[in-house]
Amino acid sequence: MTPIRVSIAASIASLLLLLVVLELIRGRRLKEKYALLWLVTGIVLLVLSAWRDGLNTIAGWLGVATYPPAILFAVATLFVIVVLLYYSTVLSRLADQNTILAQRVALLEQRLSARSGGGPGEVDGGPPPAVSETR
Amino acid sequence: MRAARVIAVVPAHNEAGAIGGVVDGIRSLHPHFDVVVIDDGSTDDTAAVAAARGAAVVSLPFNLGIGGAVQTGFKYALEQDYELAVRLDGDGQHDPAELPRLLAPIERGEADIVTGSRFASGDGDYRPPLARRIGISWFAGLVSLLTRRRVTDTTSGFQAMNRKGIALFADDYPNDYPEVEATVLVFKHRLRLTEVPVQMREREHGQSSITVVRSIYYMVKVTLALLMAMMRKVAAPAEESRR
Repeated sequence: MTPIRVSIAASIASLLLLLVVLELIRGRRLKEKYALLWLVTGIVLLVLSAWRDGLNTIAGWLGVATYPPAILFAVATLFVIVVLLYYSTVLSRLADQNTILAQRVALLEQRLSARSGGGPGEVDGGPPPAVSETR
Repeated sequence: MRAARVIAVVPAHNEAGAIGGVVDGIRSLHPHFDVVVIDDGSTDDTAAVAAARGAAVVSLPFNLGIGGAVQTGFKYALEQDYELAVRLDGDGQHDPAELPRLLAPIERGEADIVTGSRFASGDGDYRPPLARRIGISWFAGLVSLLTRRRVTDTTSGFQAMNRKGIALFADDYPNDYPEVEATVLVFKHRLRLTEVPVQMREREHGQSSITVVRSIYYMVKVTLALLMAMMRKVAAPAEESRR
């Protein structure tokens, strides 16, 4: 059986997590898109913490009936891994976009300075410059 | 027949000491080549020196690493409609006098991309440090195995290519230590890659960014990238997917 104090502590912790996430969304410090996984994490943990029979039953299925709170750790860890993995993909995409952006800015700047300065950067035969007659 | 428009792409990161000589070398030997120096977030005078010697300069707002810088050059070449591109490192390792030999197979229509290889002939006197040699032969073996073609120098950045090669690399070019993975990319896109033997000079200034610890890290990372690149489905041919 799950000790009642574990259930109470875990419920409070899950509630706090939920409140913090909601507050971050409210203050626009966290986009809904990225908050969803955290909300699901909080809700699942809260349900497992408060619904003691459910936790005991699941622990029985998984063979840890002697210490059901282990399931809380397992579920929390799993969610954290999923969230981290998801963030890694987000980070990778942002890095790619950042590269593309930097390249585009640099190319535009070059074109701009070649056009206005007409200096060494000037290249003939490029895409028709709108102001080619200024040369 | 008029000569094809050729762009020399030169990536440079803090190469103020060497870049002037590189640009001069290309322009004096091949006056009809245009030169674009990709200043990869340098903190020294690289951009100013290159511009003063008559190169077009594309300055990246921050350091992207060699792959991102080189790709910028190919994007430039594609935008400006160059038919042929050659790539030389900004540190003076690559001898512009060898460029015609790199371009020859492309001009004969026998290849889309030509790599200058330090090892193709076997008589080169270039002896990289041990860690580097291990890495080079590991990748040469792996890439040859994956592509079932003999590739002797997968880390050489001394290359020439036609419009197909420019379009492919402008569209998709790997990041760090990019030449190895690019070889697989070329193979997957069914472009024809040839190697010609070249001599490479010692660095004139600065030092290589590759240390022993980094070499190991890159070997693991690039090996993973290679295997993934082989397993990845190829998108629509780069030429059609653009513009």
